[in-house]
Amino acid sequence: MNDDMFARNVPGMTERLQGAVVAVAGCGGLGSNAAVALARAGVGTLILADYDTVEPSNLNRQFFFRGDLGRTKTRALAAHLRNINPDISLHLYQVRLTPDQVDPLLGRADLLIEAFDRAEEKQWLIETWCTLFPEKPVIAASGLAGVGGTGALRVQQSGALYICGDGVSDPETEGLCSARVALTANMQANIALALLCGKQHI
Amino acid sequence: MSGTITVNRETMEWRPGMTVADILEERRYTFKMLVIRVNGTLIKKDRWPDAAVPEGADVQVLHLMSGG
Repeated sequence: MNDDMFARNVPGMTERLQGAVVAVAGCGGLGSNAAVALARAGVGTLILADYDTVEPSNLNRQFFFRGDLGRTKTRALAAHLRNINPDISLHLYQVRLTPDQVDPLLGRADLLIEAFDRAEEKQWLIETWCTLFPEKPVIAASGLAGVGGTGALRVQQSGALYICGDGVSDPETEGLCSARVALTANMQANIALALLCGKQHI
Repeated sequence: MSGTITVNRETMEWRPGMTVADILEERRYTFKMLVIRVNGTLIKKDRWPDAAVPEGADVQVLHLMSGG
């Protein structure tokens, strides 16, 4: 099946990505959309972690469908990813991650996509990963609320830490909507793919 | 005579014994959630009050907003 699937991929990319392992911490608006992009591109192994189940309020931005309501996000997302690429290797953790689980559950990944919702959790995850693995990339997101502001989305880099988003928009007042969340998730995925393919310009 | 440090590419006066927490206070950062890197090394939040910042340091302060 895969022989045709990657026919239009960037030359030389498919082979490199097949051996790659990417961890996605959180399978909500950011994580579900980023995971889909990574799976479509041919990343061989994804580690998915989320404690939550799919609710109606997720459907305005997360890669889930009516039939997923009530299912765990990791299992629902795994089904969609396998429906895209049956050969993808998936490791699912239905847990609310804590700092002490980062190394045992996610540590074998080549890089981490930070896809949590709350800033407090983003902070400890970034701190934990950067302390455990100073050289391994972590691609986070901050400031993806609202609509419009397309040109304000950017990438801040500090060493192996990348932060996508506008850095300021607040979901409490601006809400979270399909396009801007998926844009940011795909920025994260695009950086991950570039790093895994050894591209200079992420 | 005291030296300087760089905070998010802006020059700031340095003084002996200066900590990460001192910098955040002087710069009046209002964001609740921050990630701090000093000369490329991440400094965890619980170390901000006593993490000394050396003269000439390159300090990066990154904001984290909720949403995902």
